[in-house]
Amino acid sequence: MEPILQVKDLKKYFNTPKGLLHAVDGVTFNIDKGETLGVVGESGCGKSTLGRVILHLLESTDGQIIYEGEDITKINKDKFRELRNEMQIIFQDPFSSLNPRMTVSEIIREPIIIHKTIKDKKEIEKKVSSLMDTVGLAERLANTYPHELDGGRRQRIGIARALALNPSFIVCDEPVSALDVSIQAQVLNLMQDLQKELNLTYMFITHDLSVVKHISNDILVMYLGQLVEKSDAKDLFKNPLHPYTKALLSAIPVPSLKHKRERVLLKGELTSPINPKPGCRFAQRCVYAKENCHHDNPVIEEVLPGHFVSCHYVREINNLK
Amino acid sequence: MSNEFLNIKNLHIHYVTEEGTVKAVNGVNMEINKGETLGLVGETGAGKTTTALGILRLVPNPPGKIIDGEIFLEGQSILELPEDEMRMIRGNKVSMIFQDPMTALNPVMTVGEQISEVIEIHEKLSNKEAFEKAKKMLELVGIPGARAVDYPHQFSGGMKQRVVIAIALACNPGLLIADEPTTALDVTIQAQVLELMNNLKNEFNTAMLLITHDLGVVAEVCDKVAIMYAGEIVEYSKIEDLFENPSHPYTRGLFGSIPNLDEEVDRLKPIKGLMPDPTNLPSGCKFHPRCPHATEYCKENHPEDTEIAPEHKVKCHIYTGQVKPKGEI
Amino acid sequence: MSDKAVQKNTSKKKKGQWSEVWRRLRRNKMAMLGLTIISIFILLALFADVIADYDEVAIKMNTSIRLQGPSKDHILGTDELGRDIFARIIHGARVSLQVGIIAVGIAIIIGGTLGAIAGFYGGKFDNIIMRAMDIFLAIPSILLAIAIVSALGTSMLNLMIAVGISSIPSYARIVRASVLSIKDQEYIEAARAIGAKDTRIILKHIIPNSLAPIIVQGTLGVASAILSTAGLSFIGLGIQKPAPEWGAMLSSGKDFIRQSWHVTTFPGIAIMLTILSLNLLGDGLRDALDPRLKQ
Repeated sequence: MEPILQVKDLKKYFNTPKGLLHAVDGVTFNIDKGETLGVVGESGCGKSTLGRVILHLLESTDGQIIYEGEDITKINKDKFRELRNEMQIIFQDPFSSLNPRMTVSEIIREPIIIHKTIKDKKEIEKKVSSLMDTVGLAERLANTYPHELDGGRRQRIGIARALALNPSFIVCDEPVSALDVSIQAQVLNLMQDLQKELNLTYMFITHDLSVVKHISNDILVMYLGQLVEKSDAKDLFKNPLHPYTKALLSAIPVPSLKHKRERVLLKGELTSPINPKPGCRFAQRCVYAKENCHHDNPVIEEVLPGHFVSCHYVREINNLK
Repeated sequence: MSNEFLNIKNLHIHYVTEEGTVKAVNGVNMEINKGETLGLVGETGAGKTTTALGILRLVPNPPGKIIDGEIFLEGQSILELPEDEMRMIRGNKVSMIFQDPMTALNPVMTVGEQISEVIEIHEKLSNKEAFEKAKKMLELVGIPGARAVDYPHQFSGGMKQRVVIAIALACNPGLLIADEPTTALDVTIQAQVLELMNNLKNEFNTAMLLITHDLGVVAEVCDKVAIMYAGEIVEYSKIEDLFENPSHPYTRGLFGSIPNLDEEVDRLKPIKGLMPDPTNLPSGCKFHPRCPHATEYCKENHPEDTEIAPEHKVKCHIYTGQVKPKGEI
Repeated sequence: MSDKAVQKNTSKKKKGQWSEVWRRLRRNKMAMLGLTIISIFILLALFADVIADYDEVAIKMNTSIRLQGPSKDHILGTDELGRDIFARIIHGARVSLQVGIIAVGIAIIIGGTLGAIAGFYGGKFDNIIMRAMDIFLAIPSILLAIAIVSALGTSMLNLMIAVGISSIPSYARIVRASVLSIKDQEYIEAARAIGAKDTRIILKHIIPNSLAPIIVQGTLGVASAILSTAGLSFIGLGIQKPAPEWGAMLSSGKDFIRQSWHVTTFPGIAIMLTILSLNLLGDGLRDALDPRLKQ
């Protein structure tokens, strides 16, 4: 299948008083049309930055972004504004991502007015009510303000706004992390239904591994701005190959007493990727790390079919040939 | 009996606001024995934190008020105690860990000073002795004692939460209330902190009330669980019973809402509807508008605790025999 | 719902948000007291001509009745030139309120724009604008106003300009601070993500959300502008005689303070009441507009 989005060696560095922060450092992946790519990692691993760079909310430092066969890395602001019809984002915080001084219908209407996709006022109103219907917001809420609604409903407004321009690709930045579990399940189901109905492609950024497994086809695992593992979702959870992924998966508290997992406790914490030295960025916390891990950069390679890992000793650790 | 540390009977806490009376806690009963951990699980607005603040008598008043009920700490009723005696209980007999380690520490004091402050208040120790003890506390939570002279901003999130735990445990409290202690942390750090809390609890034989929304965390550390909904405990049991035989429709709904790591499900089974407005709670069983089994009977009659197995109580008319479940519960 | 009904409902709801503010304000007794007093002054100022003729009562000298205490004919007495003090106070209210409001208007427009630019674009703009404001702030505002009036000459317009310019920095700072905090909100990023241009982001998203602190500061600012006007007039740099102005009235009455207390007391009370009620109202508005107190 033709990938809708190709990202090649994408980099985003920030200048900070302490030095150059490598937020995203050479990330390469594809997303196929109609699929969901999950991006997981702990806070500070660069996953949100990655989503924002792809959407040109932040400027990339280096690398290539190819959307539907067209290189969009260096196109200018005005040109990209047209692409916003195609590429949208759903934000994490349903409290701060909605303007408190605008009503629900004003918020959903705004993209249509900006892009003038529909001109007739009546038609716009119709579109807004059909969008509200699509995401399951009662029509009587059209003139309420966000602060009068609960988190789940607010997140539905955010989804309706993202859908207003009929995009095909949506970056979902932790869209359910701020919601209670029962509401989270409602929103996840809604997003899956919409994907099927509208043939949407999602890039689903989250730190919640059970959510990402549930919704994704493929998963990227990021650590300090770099890709450490990339594979089919089922495969990744059944057979994690990178030591970091192993530790990450074993750390999830499972709501079941039946089988306690063998836990790989990691030492230390994520450091910030300012002026990183060469070598594997995970080496300091890695139980398998050897001398060369600390100064040779590992290269991402296809260890098993469709399963990419960036680790010097992946074969030894996992008893692969 | 002498093993019991905390006993709450029929606790009611209301917040009186201009928009109406928020019935935050409605008749909560719970006991925690020494060395035991009770998980208090519920969604936003279920009244978990209010219950915890009630135990410390720190419910902001106004607008909050303890309307009814009794709280016993080691058999002593604390709701009638004068404020200065209560102050000696806080931090000494009962201490609390808050959700956000970033805001729980004072940025202009070193962590050592902050730990020794608690020790000085409750124990007759000199400045120097208290600071020495503070260093020991830091080592206990896995931070080198030499870092006692550092300020909070020099620590990472997980380290800060360790410092907060060290402060909470400094006076060797009988009961530790932890309000979502790991929610703000990443999974790998969460695993470290949970492990630490488990070890310390065993070492000091501390009773613990763990407030969380994460059933996974409950499975890791708790002995007993109370599921809270709209200010009531709807299910209360030993941990094994809850995970093997979740009985209240709400508990079942919670399990259905969590994506399962071990099984493949195409769609989650969420609970329909929203949390009720706490100023206008539904009549009868408070869960009835969202319950798939609800009947007219549930609308009118408030269910009481039914003991469906030893130490497994459920508030649901299905178990009193008044309502027939529609299909599987 | 028909199209019209939708629109009608929208406008009803729009008012709803301000009526929410009004509802909260109404609960604050001190703020309502302030609002009442200030409304009375505004009404008196508006109908000053109806109550007392400007030329006949407020300006025309009548030395035969100079320095009389309060009586039935002159409820607040007369001044050293035999003019009715009550008439001069209500005509003076016109001047004071007008100068106060317009001066604050000038300050908000210039200071607000500078602050918004500094906050929104940051970097070089921010540095240049805010350092200029810092220099402004280093000069006591009353001295600055004195310097401006002396340079431009004394007239009501110049007075407004002087008072307005000297309070620009405080508005620039407030607007910059609130723009900075709003700029980091996710809904600004959300607006970018749907392709909104800078002007739209500023007009639709930033300004409506930064109005609250400006309204509060504006209300308090009118009070201090009135005070500055009175101060300038007191030292003879404000409104020219014989036009009635509270500060000027105080100034000319000060020589007779021992024998005729009322000549200085009543204009003094007028100033005090206005300032106090504006401050009460401003504090009340701050509480009523604060979104953190919502819910």
